[in-house]
Amino acid sequence: MTATKVRKHPVNAAVFVADNDRAHWHDQALWFVRSKRDKMAATLPEWEELRQRASQIKLHTMSRLADLLEEFERNATKLGAKVYWARTPAEHNEIVLSIVKQHNATKVVKSKSMLTEECHLNPFLERNGITVTDTDLGEWIVQLLEEPPSHIVMPAIHIKREEVGDLFHKHLGTDAGATDPPYLVNAARKRLREEFVGAEIGLTGVNFAIAETGGFVVCTNEGNADLGVSLPKVHIACMGIEKMIPRLKDLSIFLRLLGRSATGQPITTYSSHFHGPMPGGEMHIILVDNGRSDILGSEEFRRSLHCIRCGACMNTCPVYRRSGGHSYQTTVPGPIGSILAPSRDAKTYSTLPYACSLCGSCSDVCPVKIDLHTQLLSWRKEIAHRKLLPWSKRMSMTLAGMMFQRTWLFTMIGRWGRWLLPKLPRFMVYNRFNDWGKQRELPPMPKKSFRELYAQRKKERS
Amino acid sequence: MPHVGLFIPCYIDQLYPDVGFATIELLEKHGCTVEFPAEQTCCGQPMANTGCTDAAIPVARKYLDIFRKYEYIVCPSGSCTAMIRQHYHDLVHDHPDFERVTTHTYELCEFLVDVLKVETIKGSFPYRVGLHQSCHGLRELRLGSASELMQPRFSKAGQLLKGLDGIQLVELKRADECCGFGGTFAIAEEAVSCMMGLDRIHDHEQAGAEIMTAGDMSCLMHMYGMITRQKKPLKVMHVAEILAGRQPQ
Ligand code: SF4
Repeated sequence: MTATKVRKHPVNAAVFVADNDRAHWHDQALWFVRSKRDKMAATLPEWEELRQRASQIKLHTMSRLADLLEEFERNATKLGAKVYWARTPAEHNEIVLSIVKQHNATKVVKSKSMLTEECHLNPFLERNGITVTDTDLGEWIVQLLEEPPSHIVMPAIHIKREEVGDLFHKHLGTDAGATDPPYLVNAARKRLREEFVGAEIGLTGVNFAIAETGGFVVCTNEGNADLGVSLPKVHIACMGIEKMIPRLKDLSIFLRLLGRSATGQPITTYSSHFHGPMPGGEMHIILVDNGRSDILGSEEFRRSLHCIRCGACMNTCPVYRRSGGHSYQTTVPGPIGSILAPSRDAKTYSTLPYACSLCGSCSDVCPVKIDLHTQLLSWRKEIAHRKLLPWSKRMSMTLAGMMFQRTWLFTMIGRWGRWLLPKLPRFMVYNRFNDWGKQRELPPMPKKSFRELYAQRKKERS
Repeated sequence: MPHVGLFIPCYIDQLYPDVGFATIELLEKHGCTVEFPAEQTCCGQPMANTGCTDAAIPVARKYLDIFRKYEYIVCPSGSCTAMIRQHYHDLVHDHPDFERVTTHTYELCEFLVDVLKVETIKGSFPYRVGLHQSCHGLRELRLGSASELMQPRFSKAGQLLKGLDGIQLVELKRADECCGFGGTFAIAEEAVSCMMGLDRIHDHEQAGAEIMTAGDMSCLMHMYGMITRQKKPLKVMHVAEILAGRQPQ
């Protein structure tokens, strides 16, 4: 999405909300996933302990990430994989391209990887004459629509079934007006099979990389990662450096949390383990930084690297559900995205930390206990501190601060306001300058404030 | 007899005086002496939540200076209490009274249940009531169990309300979703804020509530705004008003 202009979140959100039926449909669809998560989490008496442990393991991991990454590199290399380090998306994309070129390949199949979205790999490869097919069904749908994913786990959650029917009719020649999911999925499967068979390179993301073994795990529900790397001889795995966990025995904690948090399944259908290339094949692992080291260096925001990309904070976020993933205009939307995006570019994404009512639901739902809403608040401080707040907002807060320091001034302004407001004609109170009043009445204005009545009562009593 | 300093949030002082008096009545009824120090204004939350730390710090200092002399400080708002207890550290941890004042500031229902050990409150409120669990009270002060956490279910306000004669607490489809007030969020993200508010109102309506109550008047002020605009019969009352024996007007 680098090409499109980044608008303020409230502007995008207002457009989404204006289609009220669709906004409600979106809200319900995601709330349904959140409810499934609740039911699944409730089946484990040790749920909260799992979260606690996962959080501690990640805390430990981040405290010695450099060592663990090198340990991983050594062990993965021993297993026969080739490990690359990429500082930027551009470096990452070049590495992928060079591998593809070494094999004179033109067709790549890709299973879901948010990292390659982050690096805008697809357009880059396509510019270089390589065909990339996303094999995750949701991801493929948005690819056909030429849209970015709107959710990190369910990339096409914003698309209605009827729209998928139309899309498949256009691209796959399915019956016009067909909306039956098994029929549509079958058509997709058939086409994707052809892509799998023809592909020369299989590309995957990574959910967990295990330092101790040099192996890594990819979680999918459609088995497309397995298929995508079993048919072609060359497997490229792209991962952000935060995907590391120290030991194999830590893995089960994360797998138990991930499936339940993401979609309310006891476990994702396929947890595919990879340890070095298959016989006669090649495995390339690209470790990508892209700003992660900077986040690691920041006391305030380091914990955002604990994220296992389950998407639960999006499903629970009352703002995300009602504004849609695209309103954030970032690869990772929702609460965690609103922390990660300003870490890269605070100016462009300065409205995201304010796209939040600070309800705290994300922090309580997060399987690795990231204090998301507190970090969003910290970002607000950062944004104000860097003078990225609109002047009007900064000024009104300075004035409010001055008023609240002076009791007499506060009391006086309050008294005037309560006296004046009821006397004004309606159009002077409810107009386009009053965002409160667009859909809301102001509260009734009492004649006397609490403090006035209290003083009066005290006098009467003495 | 606990000596309580009463902290009345700025907007309650100006707009909802009766919530203040209901709070005093409840505390006095349970054996407290209550004093409202008149120099108080605000906890500083509007500025702090916008990120304007510099504007919030002197206001937070003022709060600590005023309330240092009280054994306990009680406030009929979970949100303002959370501001003081959870976020003053970032602003004024170097103030000599920071520790004592912030750890002795309580939200009203919390104070009744945890400090005064009140189990039930006598009174009658023969209505179907929807309890809106305001977020900061719920997830920052843990005045109830948040639906995301897998833990035994409880609610301090709910427990007190349940004791009233004739009251019927209705069951909501979404137990504790945010109403969308969120301070300056209500203005900055007007569209989403109002959609959230209306969704919350509908949930209370479908559950058959006649009265919507909450520990935070700010959530109720936001939803009242929409209820009134749309001429709905649903009424809003602060928990303190119901517990102090007020009846719907
Ligand atoms: S921040 Fe937590 S809840 Fe959100 S996607 Fe990451 S792990 Fe999941």
